[in-house]
Amino acid sequence: MPTSSASRAATFDETGPTETSPAQAVSRLPVSGWGIAASASWLGVTAVSLARDDVGDWSRTATFAYGAAVVALAAFVVSLAGARLGQAGTWFAHRTPWLIVLGLGLALWELVTAKLGWLPLPFFPPPQALLEVYLDDFGKLGASVLASVKLQISGYAIGAVIGFLTGVSIGWSRSAGYWVHPVLRFIGPLPATAWLPVAFFLFPSSWSASIFLIALATAFPVTVLTWSGVASVPSSYYDVARTLGATPWFLIRKVAVPAAMPHMFVGLFMGLGASFAVLVVAEMMGVKAGLGWYLQWAQGWAAYANMYAALIVMSLLCSGAITLLFKVRDRLLSWQKGVVKW
Amino acid sequence: MVALAQQVQHATAGASLEVDNISHHFAIEDRRLDVLDKVSFRAAPGEFVALLGPSGCGKSTLLRLVAGLEPPAAGSLKEDGIAIAGPDPSRVVVFQDPTLFPWRTVRDNVALGPEAQGGLKAKRARIDEVLALVGLSSFAKALPHQLSGGMAQRVALARALVNDPRILILDEPLGKLDSLTRLTMQSELVSLWQRAGFTTLLVTHDVEEALFLANRVIVFSDRPAQVKADLPVDKPYPRHRGDPDLAELRRQILGLLGLDATW
Ligand SMILES: Nc1ncnc2c1ncn2[C@@H]1O[C@H](COP(=O)(O)OP(=O)(O)OP(=O)(O)O)[C@@H](O)[C@H]1O
Ligand SMILES: [Mg+2]
Repeated sequence: MPTSSASRAATFDETGPTETSPAQAVSRLPVSGWGIAASASWLGVTAVSLARDDVGDWSRTATFAYGAAVVALAAFVVSLAGARLGQAGTWFAHRTPWLIVLGLGLALWELVTAKLGWLPLPFFPPPQALLEVYLDDFGKLGASVLASVKLQISGYAIGAVIGFLTGVSIGWSRSAGYWVHPVLRFIGPLPATAWLPVAFFLFPSSWSASIFLIALATAFPVTVLTWSGVASVPSSYYDVARTLGATPWFLIRKVAVPAAMPHMFVGLFMGLGASFAVLVVAEMMGVKAGLGWYLQWAQGWAAYANMYAALIVMSLLCSGAITLLFKVRDRLLSWQKGVVKW
Repeated sequence: MVALAQQVQHATAGASLEVDNISHHFAIEDRRLDVLDKVSFRAAPGEFVALLGPSGCGKSTLLRLVAGLEPPAAGSLKEDGIAIAGPDPSRVVVFQDPTLFPWRTVRDNVALGPEAQGGLKAKRARIDEVLALVGLSSFAKALPHQLSGGMAQRVALARALVNDPRILILDEPLGKLDSLTRLTMQSELVSLWQRAGFTTLLVTHDVEEALFLANRVIVFSDRPAQVKADLPVDKPYPRHRGDPDLAELRRQILGLLGLDATW
């Protein structure tokens, strides 16, 4: 197992070339041409939305059109302000090409759905239908987000802590390794979702069962990677610390754990990915709340707009969680050379 | 014995070391590899002893045993008459490889000993002092990967010195330095040792370095290492590198190391 984890570790440690966007190359112009183009593309969204009546009956078309206009205006103002915005200006400049593509994509989507009706309903709702979900179903969607976040954080935190403690113990102590290793080999590779039926009748509530499953999915990779991290600490580190008077407890806390940290973070990333999958399944199968459940419910009612809306939120949340983990890692592992930026 | 006379005033600082009939071996794939064969010598408190020998003969192994990192297979080791049972900050090692902790800044690496012994607060000033001594005050906040090989080795030296050891064990500490820094550090080491008065055990490949620094030079045979010669270097400090007596000793030692034909 340590070998495969090591190869995965490598994917997180590679350094790529630093990105420069096409927009930054021309940002020496007084008024950013790219900013104007982005503004135009979003104005295009407005224009398409207002050009003719919808094929179907969509209540938020006007809101959508004016919303796009607001984005266009904002892009215009920012590109006029240009260099005077400093850091924020650079941030914007870096993203303008994406803003342009996004505008074009939205305009096209709007055109082939609401305006021309080329794509079959209810499978392909127009963008204003998603906007409608966000505005009118805010309560339910928001509650689902909260439920998911709560479940995810509880399960992940428990799993990460247990994984960390188990990994350090078996990496450090031979006798802990003797007892835990076979259990780990037997239980670890089993997908956490396979426990679902058992968990739901063993635990008093579907909520606690879900926490257990998420924690299980998180704990396995964290344990294995922490373990391999602790096991691969060079013995010369211990020699140095021991000649300087370190106690075993000091060796664990101040030598083994920090030295194993890069591995540990690979485990935390893998655990995060695995736990997302379990979260959604657990919510679909058991817990009557959360984004997974919302997806299930939307599908049951053929409310595809709700489904897409929830999917977008879910992807933002998952990506946000990964970003957060990367930020924590960058802070803690700033001593390493060339850490990848997310 | 000018140097030994000086050591009298530091009698409390340096500890005596007794290496008595030490033998050691490793097991490599069921095969037994004898590394040390009945090695015996003594170092008086405050003495500077240099160990010379062919590569791979067992010098680093001997230092590990003296440090207490491993028990010897046979024989006994005593610090001030007390058997060495394990590592102790009174015997600090500067390893052949600097082995700095990459996640700690230079200063925090130097602070490792006081931190492990629970005396960090009391040693604050001493840490800065030692950093200045090795000329790295301005790099206190740097990370190990930002240092050159020689600088890293100096940090390792500072990390040892901050503990005010009674026996300082040096495993080719100047091996990675460029020749100029090396000469400067040799002089620094002498004055440091004279001031602090610790007993020093220095492994080196460089015969001139041994003769410039040590009160005694012990020459080892090929593996398994045996004491081939134990030569006093009765010369006052600071020594002169071109000293004819030292040149004669150098010729003699090179002969013991099997290099007489070429030199
Ligand atoms: N932990 C170990 N396990 C097995 N063999 C070892 C171990 N440590 C050292 N040896 C062997 O013991 C012998 C002596 O090693 P040692 O490191 O003491 O040599 P050395 O005299 O310090 O050499 P150098 O001058 O090149 O540093 C070598 O042949 C080495 O292969
Ligand atoms: Mg060696």
